Amino acid sequence: MNLRGLLAIYIYEMRRAFRTVGQSIISPVISTSLYFVVFGSAIGSRMDEVGGVSYGSFIVPGLIMLSVLTQSTSNGSFSIFFPKFTGTIYEILSAPLSFLEITIGYVGASMSKSMILGIIIFITAHFFVSIELLHPFWALLFFILTCLSFSLLGFVIGIWADGFEKIQIVPMLILTPLTFLGGSFYSISMLPPFWQKVSMFNPIVYLISGFRWSFYGKADVSLSISLTVICVFICICLAIVWRMFATGYKLKA
Amino acid sequence: MDSQSSVPAILISSLEKKYDNGLQALHPTDLSIQKGEIFALLGPNGAGKSTLINMVCGIVNPSGGEVKVQGYDIIKEYRQARSLIGLVPQELTTHSFETVNQIVEFSRSLFNCPKDHKYTEELLRSLTLWEKRDEKIIALSGGMKRRLLIAQALSHKPKVLFLDEPTAGVDVELRKNLWDIVLRLRDQGVTIVLTTHYIEEAEAMADRVGIINKGKIALVEDKNRLLEKFGHKKLILTLAKPLNRIPSSLQKYELEIEGEGTSLTHVYSSVEEDMNLNELLCDLSDEGIMYSDLQTKKSSLEEVFVQLVQS
Ligand SMILES: Nc1ncnc2c1ncn2[C@@H]1O[C@H](COP(=O)(O)OP(=O)(O)O)[C@@H](O)[C@H]1O
Ligand SMILES: [Mg+2]
Repeated sequence: MNLRGLLAIYIYEMRRAFRTVGQSIISPVISTSLYFVVFGSAIGSRMDEVGGVSYGSFIVPGLIMLSVLTQSTSNGSFSIFFPKFTGTIYEILSAPLSFLEITIGYVGASMSKSMILGIIIFITAHFFVSIELLHPFWALLFFILTCLSFSLLGFVIGIWADGFEKIQIVPMLILTPLTFLGGSFYSISMLPPFWQKVSMFNPIVYLISGFRWSFYGKADVSLSISLTVICVFICICLAIVWRMFATGYKLKA
Repeated sequence: MDSQSSVPAILISSLEKKYDNGLQALHPTDLSIQKGEIFALLGPNGAGKSTLINMVCGIVNPSGGEVKVQGYDIIKEYRQARSLIGLVPQELTTHSFETVNQIVEFSRSLFNCPKDHKYTEELLRSLTLWEKRDEKIIALSGGMKRRLLIAQALSHKPKVLFLDEPTAGVDVELRKNLWDIVLRLRDQGVTIVLTTHYIEEAEAMADRVGIINKGKIALVEDKNRLLEKFGHKKLILTLAKPLNRIPSSLQKYELEIEGEGTSLTHVYSSVEEDMNLNELLCDLSDEGIMYSDLQTKKSSLEEVFVQLVQS
C-alpha cells in the first residue's frame, strides 16, 4: 500500500483549498445568510410550521445538503479534471499508485472540504434559527455518506469531462434541479399526489429526507430506504471509477 | 555475473500501439536496453518515440505486447516496475502555485519515499534550483521549469530515467548543462533512455542508438559501430596550385574538385582499407599534384540518419 502517495495527493488538494481559504469560508456564510433572510424570515414568517417545526428550522438540513451536494460534486470533478487539463496527471499515472489510492486521495480531500463547508453552514444557521439535533450519529452518517457519494460522482464527471463546459453542465442541468425538487425547501407531502410519486424517482429526496429525520425525527421516506439508496449510489460510482482506471478511459490514450 | 545484473533494464516484446483514431503509432517492436547504458531513440516528429516511452511509463495503454523493467512486468507488477522509473515528459507540464520544494517533495511521496531533506537539497543544487526552492513554479523561466521536471523525475532515485526530448526548445547553455547531468547519472549507474530528433544529441551522449521512423524501429546499433557501418569519411586536400580538371589517370578514384580548383576531395567508406588512400596519394604525386594541407572528416549521424530514413 502506497500510503505516502495517497497522503501526498490528499495534502496537495487540501493545500490548494487553503490558498483560497477566505473565499471558501466567506462565500458559504454569505449565501447561507441570504437564504435565511429570504426563506427563513421574509417567506418563512408567512408560512405555517411544517410537521411541528418552524419553517426556518425546517429548511436547515435541506440547505446544508444543497450546498454540500453541489460543493462535493464540483470539488470532486475539479480535483481530477485539473491535472488532466494541465497535463500533470502524468505524475499520478506513472507513480506506483493503485486506482483505490488515487481515488481515496482525491475524493477524500474533496469530501473533507465539503464537510468543512457543511459545518460552517450549520454553525451559521444557529445565528438565525433554533436547531434541534435529535440523532447526531445518524446526522453525521448521512452527512459523511452524502459528501462521499457526491465527491465520487464529481470524480467520475471530472474523468469523463474533456472541457470546462462539461464540468459545469452536469451540476447545472441535473444536480441543481434535482436538489431543488428534492425537498430542500418543502416536505414531499406538501406536493399533489402525482408529483409525490414522481419525486420518488429522485435520489436526492432520500438523502434530504434521511438527513432531516436525524434533525427533527420527521421523514418523507423510511430511513432504511434512504440508507440503501445512498449506499447503492456509492457502489455504482466506485464501480465506474474502477472501470475508468482499469481501461484508462479518458485518462490514458 | 549474478542473475540480477544480467536482467536487462528494459525488455520490450512485440509492443505496439494503435490509437483510438485507428493510427498505428507503433508497430510491434522488440527492444532490449541494458543496465547503465544511455540509449537514444532517434527519429523525426511523429515517429512514435513518445508513444513508446509513455507506454513503458504507464501513461499510454499498450495495444499489445509486453514490457519488463528489470524483470518486473509493467502491468502485473506495476508497483515494482514504476518504482524503478523516472519520467521527464516532453511537454512542460508543471504545477503553478506550489513552490519548487513542495513539488519535488510531492513527487517523491507519490513514489512512497519518506522525506529526505539532504537528498532533495543535493538534487536541487545539482540542477541549480536550490535558490529557487521557495519560489512559486509559475514564476520560473522555461529552462527552470524543464530542470524542475528533471528534479521531479529524479526525486525518488529511479534506476531508469526516461527523457522525452529533454532539450527541445532549450538554449545552448542549458542543453550542455543537461548533457552533463545525464552523463553524471550514467556514472551513478542509472540507465537512461532519451528521445530526440537532434542527431548531435544522440551523437554526443548515446552509447546505443535506435532509429525510429513511422512507428518502426529501423535499426538499433552501437553508436560508434553505426557511424562506422554507415558513415563515410572525406579526405580533403588543399592544393598548392589550383587544378581545373582531374587527370585521366586519376579517374578511377571518386575525386571532386572544389573551391574553384583550390581543393580536392575524396569520399570513402570508413571501413575501407587505408591501402586505397596510400595508392591515391602516390598517384597524386606521380601526376605532380602537390598539396599544402590534408584533412579527413567523418560523416555525422545526421547523414547516416537521412540515408536510413530515406531508404
Ligand atoms: N493521443 C493520441 N491519439 C491519436 N494519435 C496520437 C496520439 N498521440 C500521438 N498520436 C500520433 O501518433 C504518432 C506518433 O506520435 P508520437 O509518439 O508523439 O511521436 P514522436 O514523439 O516521435 O514525435 C503521431 O502521428 C501522432 O500524431
Ligand atoms: Mg514526442
